[in-house]
Amino acid sequence: MLQLVCIKQVADTETRVKVAADGRTLDPTGVTWIMNPYDEFALEQSLRIKEKLGAGEVVALSLGGAGVLTTLRNALAIGADRAIHLKSDAAQPDSLQVARAIAAAAKDLGAQIVWFGKQAVDDEAGQVGAMTAELLGLPAVTVIAAMELDGATVKLEREIEGGREVIEVPLPCVLTADKGLNEPRYASLKGIMAAKKKPIEEKPAELGEPNLEIVSMTLPTARAAGRVVGEGVAAVGELVRLLRDEAKVI
Amino acid sequence: MSILVFIEQRDGKLRPVSNEALGEATRLKAALGGPVVAVVAAASDPGTASLGTWGADEVLLATHESFARYEPTGYVAAVVAAVGQVKPAAVLFAASAMGKDLAPRVAARLGVGLATDCVALSAEGARLTATRPVFAAKAVQTVRFPRSPALLTLRPKAFASVEGSGSATVTLLPVAVDAAAAKAKVTGVAAAGGGKVDLTEAEIIVSGGRGLKGPEHFAMIEDLAAALGGVVGASRAVVDAGWRPHGDQVGQTGKTVSPKLYVAVGISGAIQHLAGMTSSRCIVAINKDAEAPIFKVADYGIVGDAFEVVPALTEAVRKLNG
Repeated sequence: MLQLVCIKQVADTETRVKVAADGRTLDPTGVTWIMNPYDEFALEQSLRIKEKLGAGEVVALSLGGAGVLTTLRNALAIGADRAIHLKSDAAQPDSLQVARAIAAAAKDLGAQIVWFGKQAVDDEAGQVGAMTAELLGLPAVTVIAAMELDGATVKLEREIEGGREVIEVPLPCVLTADKGLNEPRYASLKGIMAAKKKPIEEKPAELGEPNLEIVSMTLPTARAAGRVVGEGVAAVGELVRLLRDEAKVI
Repeated sequence: MSILVFIEQRDGKLRPVSNEALGEATRLKAALGGPVVAVVAAASDPGTASLGTWGADEVLLATHESFARYEPTGYVAAVVAAVGQVKPAAVLFAASAMGKDLAPRVAARLGVGLATDCVALSAEGARLTATRPVFAAKAVQTVRFPRSPALLTLRPKAFASVEGSGSATVTLLPVAVDAAAAKAKVTGVAAAGGGKVDLTEAEIIVSGGRGLKGPEHFAMIEDLAAALGGVVGASRAVVDAGWRPHGDQVGQTGKTVSPKLYVAVGISGAIQHLAGMTSSRCIVAINKDAEAPIFKVADYGIVGDAFEVVPALTEAVRKLNG
């Protein structure tokens, strides 16, 4: 069984965001690049399925410039068998462009599960997984918190407001992973060595026309500094008064 | 041009989060023109005429037994049918579990752009601009749409719903439903503890962090939340430690919340946590470390031992409420 894991390279979550000279994108100076944290859960789950079945292939895919190769190598070191690099120099392709490129690359791959993280922690869009499913004509379950493969059926749980939906979906399908799905492993030294010999296939990304225009990116106005009401239990009375009379929230 | 608003229902009840999108659509009417058209997919009419009071001029109601629960294939067909009928300038969804799943599918089907989790919209003439937080709210992006309709999901609590005295006409929307095409089947829904209000929709949140020293001490957080009529949240540290379920996590890899009151107890305020709660209207921090970054974003802070301050605060709130 072939599983395709779509991975985005993103700026580390500790990054202090600076806006680039174009006024629209992240200034990459000094940024550490990592695998999108939600994609780690997707990759981990695909590896667990492969291990449980005792057979199959996990293919990692990433779209971007030559820089994404480090993240693809990392995916190979963690355990993916091979990788596909969808080459693109577009600064910030929109979600539908990315979904189109992935769908075109995945069309003839025969993947039984196409994996994504629920969203990327840079543009926070959370669109590509469901869009790719729609373009491929596959069923999709997004933001999954638990899963179990039972023959040709996947049993899943996804969080909704005030509860969890229990869902069954047949293979092939698209799944997007939420935190809590599993505890991702790290690359081992042996894995890092083995990754050097694993193949990375290069293809041009077929992005098509843009669908969203980024006008600007700015830093948010800082919250006005508040005040310390006081220390310890003695300050409780004043806090309650402020919440009631000044902020009017209780 | 008309504005289409997707209205959620669950268990045959309209979800109030959708009224926020109706409220925003009503405000956009001045620039885009109208009417505001609501589209609803349900097994039977969940009382859609009432949507008039929240700003809908017209309601398109798609009914099918398979629409009782959210099911993407049929719901996409309903929204696409509504788009075909009213040719809207924009389609608004709530950035809820349902809206976040549905909107990208509709966008892919229509071949148009989607801006998710928007916190502000503006229109000049027929040109719509959306503002949305990126990089865990460390930056704000504005986007425009090269083609119509513009698709948008709106962050819960970021837009006000407005109750008025309008009325809406309800028309049935014919949708061809291929039940066999719906491959993903919801076989059940497990309610979270006591049907707790979701963090993203709560008015008041009391969150606990590592400063509480152990999961058993969340009882006092629960007590304060109950006294305030709010719900309990948590920092990533305590979720990763297994003290609280992931659904309680506020922050970059958890939920982004905008309640009217957010109380952070024993949370130092890592940048990833701040990302999830700085859009709250009023923030209170209780922490024994006066240098904790949480105090930089808090409107009101108390430097002190949570084990003393929180029970005293709970008591004071209870007294206030008589």
